[in-house]
Amino acid sequence: MTSIPPFPPGGGTTVTRGGALPDVTYDVTVVGAGVVGCAIARELAARPGLRVALVDASNDVGDGTSKANTAILHTGFDAVPGSLEARLVREGSRLLAAYAAGSGIPVEPVGALLVAWDQEQLDALPALLAKAERNGYDAARIIGPEEVRTREPHLGPGALGALDVPGESVICPWTTVLAYATQAVRAGVDLHLNCRVNTVDPSDDDLHVLGTERGALRTRWLVNAAGLHADTVDRLLGHHDFTVTPRRGQLIVYDKLARDLVRHILLPVPTALGKGVLVAPTVYGNVLLGPTAEDLDDKSATGSTAEGIATLREKGRRILPELLDEEVTAVYAGLRAATEHDDYRIRADPGRRALTVGGIRSTGLTASLAIAAYAAELLDDAGADLPAAGALPPVRMPNLGEAFPRPYQRADLIAADPAYGTVVCHCERVTRGEIRDALSATVPPGSLEGLRRRTRARGGRCQGFHCGADVRELFERGAELRD
Amino acid sequence: MRRERIVDVLVVGAGPAGLAAAAVLASLGAGEIEVLDREPRAGGMPRHCHHGGFGPLGLEGPGFAERWVRAAERSGAVLRTGVTVTNWAGPLTLDTTSPRGLERITARAVVLATGARERPRAARLVPGARPAGVLTTGEFLRAVHVHRQRVGTRAVVVGAESVSFAALDALRLAGVDVAALVTEHPRHQTSPVRALDARLRRGVPLLTGATVTELLGRGRVSGVRLAHRDGRTAHVPCDTVVFTGDFVPEHELARRGGLLLDPGTRGPAIDGAFRTARRGVFAVGNLLHAVEPARAVAREGAAAGTAVRRYLADGDWPSASVPLRVAAPLVWVAPNLVTPDEPLPYGGRFALRTAEFVGRAPLVITQDGRTLHHARLPRPPVPNRPFHIGGEWAARVRADGGPVRVDLFEGAPG
Ligand SMILES: Cc1cc2nc3c(=O)[nH]c(=O)nc-3n(C[C@H](O)[C@H](O)[C@H](O)COP(=O)(O)OP(=O)(O)OC[C@H]3O[C@@H](n4cnc5c(N)ncnc54)[C@H](O)[C@@H]3O)c2cc1C
Ligand SMILES: Cc1cc2nc3c(=O)[nH]c(=O)nc-3n(C[C@H](O)[C@H](O)[C@H](O)COP(=O)(O)OP(=O)(O)OC[C@H]3O[C@@H](n4cnc5c(N)ncnc54)[C@H](O)[C@@H]3O)c2cc1C
Repeated sequence: MTSIPPFPPGGGTTVTRGGALPDVTYDVTVVGAGVVGCAIARELAARPGLRVALVDASNDVGDGTSKANTAILHTGFDAVPGSLEARLVREGSRLLAAYAAGSGIPVEPVGALLVAWDQEQLDALPALLAKAERNGYDAARIIGPEEVRTREPHLGPGALGALDVPGESVICPWTTVLAYATQAVRAGVDLHLNCRVNTVDPSDDDLHVLGTERGALRTRWLVNAAGLHADTVDRLLGHHDFTVTPRRGQLIVYDKLARDLVRHILLPVPTALGKGVLVAPTVYGNVLLGPTAEDLDDKSATGSTAEGIATLREKGRRILPELLDEEVTAVYAGLRAATEHDDYRIRADPGRRALTVGGIRSTGLTASLAIAAYAAELLDDAGADLPAAGALPPVRMPNLGEAFPRPYQRADLIAADPAYGTVVCHCERVTRGEIRDALSATVPPGSLEGLRRRTRARGGRCQGFHCGADVRELFERGAELRD
Repeated sequence: MRRERIVDVLVVGAGPAGLAAAAVLASLGAGEIEVLDREPRAGGMPRHCHHGGFGPLGLEGPGFAERWVRAAERSGAVLRTGVTVTNWAGPLTLDTTSPRGLERITARAVVLATGARERPRAARLVPGARPAGVLTTGEFLRAVHVHRQRVGTRAVVVGAESVSFAALDALRLAGVDVAALVTEHPRHQTSPVRALDARLRRGVPLLTGATVTELLGRGRVSGVRLAHRDGRTAHVPCDTVVFTGDFVPEHELARRGGLLLDPGTRGPAIDGAFRTARRGVFAVGNLLHAVEPARAVAREGAAAGTAVRRYLADGDWPSASVPLRVAAPLVWVAPNLVTPDEPLPYGGRFALRTAEFVGRAPLVITQDGRTLHHARLPRPPVPNRPFHIGGEWAARVRADGGPVRVDLFEGAPG
């Protein structure tokens, strides 16, 4: 557990996972350290002098929906034209691509093909093309079956054509959250984990007292970025603006040895039933198949089901038959924060000095930086009177992507520090040096799962058969060292 | 910058197979023999098997591993540990990573001996939550024997083959109660003595005809849901689940090297002299047949050493080999290529595996409709355990013929 005293002289970094909260009054507290909350905290961190807290119920950042998505950096070509989501996805896409390039978040601009498998889907392509143009995206075009086949030689038989969307990319969702959080904490934001907000009391006209698992937290402004629980937190503020209905997406991750089977993100042509099942490479060199779309009422139902897996396999067999012969590395599920509204629910309540960032359903990773900029704007308009934004010191994250050199491939790094030549997790080729670095980073992992999201250790095809015990040992020893 | 080096034979993997091959090669004076292993210590999987069954007088895995490490060292082979072979840089050239830096090693012959792993929960597509406390036997053995980690208090073991019973013993030693062994098969697949001992002396129930349909628990596993073949379901509370057996070859290097794989074993396709489809590249051990007992694998490693030695001397490589194909209930056969001018595999036998209990079924081997071999098996084959047949029939395989078929017929032969 990390607990450095708050506000050390000269400005330090504060990440707490237990114990009492510091006895200070924050200017702004962001509830929820998912990709959206972390992006907002980072945005606020750029305002000199502002005291900001970022709190999360979980033991780590990015442990909710943000850890379990399809990891696509969307262009927004298929958003509802004119919606807030369309605008923020479009802007966010550009912002995140630039930010990723600067901070070392792996992104691979592989492009997407929306493959039409029947006449009805083929007929739908021109309208999609027109929609893309209305969304300000004009690089898309329709291609014929021969070109589809040349560009995706392993595709199942019967593809009639496709919409080519060259701007779509795959990205590392874990590094994204971590980069935001790291930058925020380094710039003075207090990150309090294991800190669920259960109550919100207005103690006087300009102060909220948040009742958390770890005691009271005072704050002038509150930003609700609680993802699936944004409606619950909203109700604590007296709002009844929307209800979150979790929409589960189950996914199968195939072995890296399947990576050569697919070159683009293979999107289905959307139908009335939703966006459908895609096949996409990951930046870690795997292949994803998913997600399903199931409306549930349990916000904790992140398990997979036999039916879900069967459905995915059936769809995957049509798209990329050879994929089904490959080994499966992981099966997981994420919950989209769907609401009864067709758009994001981002609302400021100047009276209660609160801002709700809700309904960030299936595009929040892409839109995160634009949502954060918009959130700061709304806070300002609502009277939060934020200081002018300065520049944050840049952050450089460890590379988890296969398209860029990893430490085990770098003679220079190994020569300087042999720990980068000691492979601990063999399937993912994670070195002792990387694990050590993650354990002593600005935002260290709260669990083995958190360590996996920072390094990929234990996340490969053997799922710990070879390295599980070693990695656990390093994690536990690392935790001791930090105490 | 990669340091470039040349050796005579590069063996990847210092398990029983690689060590035995290296020991034989070095003692036959085949030149500079180097064995690489990514683990900090040589010896392979037996290092973690603190139970008898590795030799006479109940020799345990670590002692067995040590014997082969010493044999390889005494013979003059060079063992280097902590070195991961990461990829190919040429037909007989491999790239490595170690704390000493990056290397590129070219050899006259390469022997792949990278072993096997157990399929984890995800690869078996077991649905449910993703709690902690779910492991394979391999991870469990390392956790308790190498790191003395606390594992849990009450476990469900998935599988009822030999390795499952080894997991049971290790769990007991680690102070973990075992709620049940679960197998989808109608019977266990180990020796009757071992199974009886588990049930009677240890009181561990064996649930047959049952599959794990869901893992339960937030944070830590809290139980499993089972479905019996007859439709009944059950919930077994536990804080640990060990997935045992269901082995799969560690074939990453073989595949990245573009070697032809056998569709049944999923390891490299090899002939009786351990030759893969690539000239100068051999494969041996559990990479070929996941898995056989360590002693069998070490014997095979020694045979492979002789085969490599002969290749270094005469440079012969088969220009054509005939593939062997199996049909259900068989799942694979190894070796799975027959080279007609030298048909008999080293050791003289083929290993096979069935997916189900099939009784003493007749085994028929044919090529283009011509029967090469026809015999009733001496013992009923058991799933998850290899059985073996002699290789005399291989001399009758025609080089210009189609694939050889191996069929197991249930019921009386016609
Ligand atoms: C299957 C699937 C596929 C997706 N694919 C993509 C994609 O390809 N591209 C893309 O851009 N987006 C995608 N998304 C969407 C994206 O993942 C989400 O929009 C994004 O992660 C939402 O982030 P968030 O920060 O709002 O929510 P979360 O990540 O869920 O964060 C909310 C946080 O709030 C915390 N919290 C909740 N209540 C409290 C409380 N009372 N007190 C303290 N903390 C609390 C939670 O612990 C959680 O950490 C996908 C989503 C799913 C489910
Ligand atoms: C859980 C378990 C229990 C078992 N129990 C028994 C038992 O009771 N009795 C019995 O007889 N047998 C048992 N076995 C089987 C026995 O361990 C194997 O038969 C034997 O280890 C196979 O030897 P091998 O050399 O083929 O592979 P392994 O022993 O698996 O050795 C392969 C070696 O290759 C190395 N390697 C792989 N890839 C690379 C790379 N890219 N670069 C460098 N090095 C690499 C690995 O680190 C490993 O050391 C058990 C196996 C397991 C997994």
